[in-house]
Amino acid sequence: MATATFRIWRGDKAQGQFRDYNAEVAAGMVVLDVVHQIQMEQAGDLAVRWNCKAGRCGSCSAEINGMPKLMCMTRLNTLALDKPVTIEPMKAFPHLKDLVTDVSWNYKVKQLIPKFKPRPADAPDGTWRIAQEDVERVQEFRKCIECYLCQDVCHVLREHKMQEQFIGPRFLVHVAALEMHPLDVGDRLKDLRTQFGIGLCNITKCCTKVCPEGIAITDNAIIPLKERVVDRFFDPLSKLFRVFTATKT
Amino acid sequence: MAEYLIHEHDVLIIGAGGAGLRAAVEASAAGVEVAVISKSLLGKAHTVMAEGGIAAAMANVDDRDNWRVHFADTMRGGQYLSNWRMAELHAKEAPARVRELEAWGALFDRTNDGRILQRNFGGHRYPRLAHVGDRTGLEMIRTLQDQGVHLGFDVFMEHTIVKLLKDGERIAGAFGYDRERGRFHLFRAKAVVLATGGIGRAYTITSNSWEYTGDGHSLAYHAGAALMDMEFVQFHPTGMIWPPSVRGILVTEGVRGEGGVLRNRNGERFMFKDIPLLYVNQTANSEEEGWRYTQGDKDAKRPPELLTRDHVARCIRREVREGRGSPHGGVFLDIAWIKERIPNAVEHIKKKLPSMYHQFKQLADIDITQEPMEVGPTTHYMMGGVRVDADSQMSDVPGLFAAGECAAGLHGANRLGGNSLSDLLVFGQRAGGYAATFSQKNSLGDVDTAELRSAENWALQPFERKGSENPYAVQHRLQETMQELVGIVRQEDEMLRALDCIRDLRSARERVSVDGNREYNAGWHTALDLYHLLTVSEIVTKAALQRKESRGAHFRDDFPEKDKQFGLFNIAVRKGANGAMQFSHEAIPPMRQDLQQIIEEMK
Ligand SMILES: Cc1cc2nc3c(=O)[nH]c(=O)nc-3n(C[C@H](O)[C@H](O)[C@H](O)COP(=O)(O)OP(=O)(O)OC[C@H]3O[C@@H](n4cnc5c(N)ncnc54)[C@H](O)[C@@H]3O)c2cc1C
Ligand code: SF4
Ligand code: SF4
Ligand code: FES
Repeated sequence: MATATFRIWRGDKAQGQFRDYNAEVAAGMVVLDVVHQIQMEQAGDLAVRWNCKAGRCGSCSAEINGMPKLMCMTRLNTLALDKPVTIEPMKAFPHLKDLVTDVSWNYKVKQLIPKFKPRPADAPDGTWRIAQEDVERVQEFRKCIECYLCQDVCHVLREHKMQEQFIGPRFLVHVAALEMHPLDVGDRLKDLRTQFGIGLCNITKCCTKVCPEGIAITDNAIIPLKERVVDRFFDPLSKLFRVFTATKT
Repeated sequence: MAEYLIHEHDVLIIGAGGAGLRAAVEASAAGVEVAVISKSLLGKAHTVMAEGGIAAAMANVDDRDNWRVHFADTMRGGQYLSNWRMAELHAKEAPARVRELEAWGALFDRTNDGRILQRNFGGHRYPRLAHVGDRTGLEMIRTLQDQGVHLGFDVFMEHTIVKLLKDGERIAGAFGYDRERGRFHLFRAKAVVLATGGIGRAYTITSNSWEYTGDGHSLAYHAGAALMDMEFVQFHPTGMIWPPSVRGILVTEGVRGEGGVLRNRNGERFMFKDIPLLYVNQTANSEEEGWRYTQGDKDAKRPPELLTRDHVARCIRREVREGRGSPHGGVFLDIAWIKERIPNAVEHIKKKLPSMYHQFKQLADIDITQEPMEVGPTTHYMMGGVRVDADSQMSDVPGLFAAGECAAGLHGANRLGGNSLSDLLVFGQRAGGYAATFSQKNSLGDVDTAELRSAENWALQPFERKGSENPYAVQHRLQETMQELVGIVRQEDEMLRALDCIRDLRSARERVSVDGNREYNAGWHTALDLYHLLTVSEIVTKAALQRKESRGAHFRDDFPEKDKQFGLFNIAVRKGANGAMQFSHEAIPPMRQDLQQIIEEMK
């Protein structure tokens, strides 16, 4: 069996450093397997989040060789093992310990977003009829596993630390899921422009590139939302039209 | 002096999966103060992993379906050990609970006329599982979570409860620690709902996460509540088996529901070889008829691949043992073959089973649209749990409720796929409602500070000991013991050996020591979880020794037949006054006449 070196970030809020661990690697292993092995044999108190080990829960986000990834879905055979593999916590969030960060900000942001508001039921049985093709667009957004990797790479949050002004790609996807939901009659466009800060996104598409669920965050969620905002607030004709019809854009 | 933070609520809900969140939504709606606690982050509980769907007799796809059929299917699946009142409530209320999710924003796949689509699943007579591709659990937990965040209940994420507290006979709260800093917390509450899920971490090969250490089962047991049906552990027939690092990860039954077939190394559809008596009238006579069933032909009967999980798991084990297994010790599950039958099968598979497609592609380099998967049984679900009142979900301890996987009753000897998610909704709602009512009628109980001090000392022992045992290694030994000696096929001498091992591991646990400090220390957490895992492992083994027959998920090599006498009671366990486990046989109350009649009609 071959061995490889894993350079893992160890430490707490106050201080930290990389530490090298040698571990045996076998066919088919993922990074999370190695982390568990190291935890079991060499570093019992190593902090790491995980649950499903199958890319479904979005707990095990980290930066592997600098790339934001799910540890449970990153096969070792996709990494060069002749030099140390670095494993670090996400950078856009406050560090707690080892590979674990404080992601509570995300939960607070979610609370700001006005919740789902369905139109009255219209089928005789008190429910709704919805065509499959109308659910598909939104199902793409609802695949989100809240791994926050997109939040981690977005420069508005990561470099510019504008957490107060910008909700980040994950929550723009969430707003898109609500706004494009075939039953929803809520209106979040004003919030998008103001407190959600959609204007701060300059469509670099870094978020889309890292999404493990393959959600086309920018093309399918953010850009259409931006268009809706522009239509509503910057196009005088449609603004006038809205005053008279008071329908949802 | 014990140092801890104090929180007071009317209703405390331990667990933030489907059951816990549904209970929280209900209790909050009743206007009481609610707190929800979970070991992981919000939205990451097991429920998020559920794939196939939610069983509810909405009759959107086949109008012959109704609650009576669902009731009969559940009772048959549970080999008539289920609590019939729970099975009745569940079958009747599940459709409303699913529609409610839709009203809260869940977007299920649709029928041609725009209603919620339902799919076939093992043991369900008609297509009954409301679903979203193969990520139904995600849709469910996210919907409940998003509904919940606007209701204003308190959420304590990454907090672990280590002890329930009582005032005399009744519940008074719970004691635990936060993972981030290792501080202790006292949660005082008028009512407590356990919604902690299962025990799958007691086994090596499992679809379950680190959270499933049987905490709720053990907390309730040590608080004096009865547990029931603990011998019934479900082994799902299809887990991944290769490469080794993914062993146990679930392959949804939805694959078979969509037409996937099981074959041995000789290419034989071995499931046709052994069809249990209870199901002969409902099983296809030919491969052709089975295929037609999966494609919605109402006159066709289901293929044997969709028999109950216990049976399919044992057939797979037999094929492997008798030398007809696949290269890595499983059998083949083939969905790619449907390209012989339908056009653009590749697209169809990717659309119906997107997560499965990805899971195999990414983790095993297998393209399931082109080649068969290798699968084998994996520990999946705990039928046994806290014994509760069917209507209110209250346990023997006044004010202590339980719902979801940690409660017993609905599933008897074997759970049908899809019946868990519906269980969470139906009984989560009930538990939340009744707990709220209980809290309105009772005041806060008193807490004994000496008890808190000893709980705290107990929890800190692993730091103080200079013992020689590593918590992960002890857990691993326990898992191997249960896997080998109390697994799919059991026999007395092996289980007695398991009890010896468990006794040794108990004393090993007392020598466990951990490094580092109290902040987010995984080794410490594992050491504490071990206590629960050992408690439930011992109970499972002892209950399994008592049931000298084979029924549902419990199969004894030394008693391979079903025994009528054992169909008359559930095995329960309580903690005796002297601290010893006391087992009892609880007679199943005679079924109400009208329900009896349904069973007869549906035979
Ligand atoms: C891969 C997979 C696929 C499945 N697919 C299906 C399906 O298609 N259909 C179906 O019906 N069922 C399915 N099941 C089963 C079903 O998902 C589970 O039985 C169900 O989700 C359990 O829900 P729950 O609310 O009881 O517990 P969970 O969702 O597991 O939640 C348990 C909660 O309790 C918390 N907790 C536990 N112990 C403590 C403690 N000591 N202190 C504080 N908090 C604690 C946990 O942190 C967690 O929040 C599947 C299961 C798996 C693993
Ligand atoms: S596209 Fe927008 S949201 Fe995405 S990373 Fe770039 S700036 Fe951030
Ligand atoms: S949108 Fe994608 S990257 Fe962002 S949180 Fe969701 S799943 Fe993760
Ligand atoms: S552990 Fe769930 S996504 Fe990695």
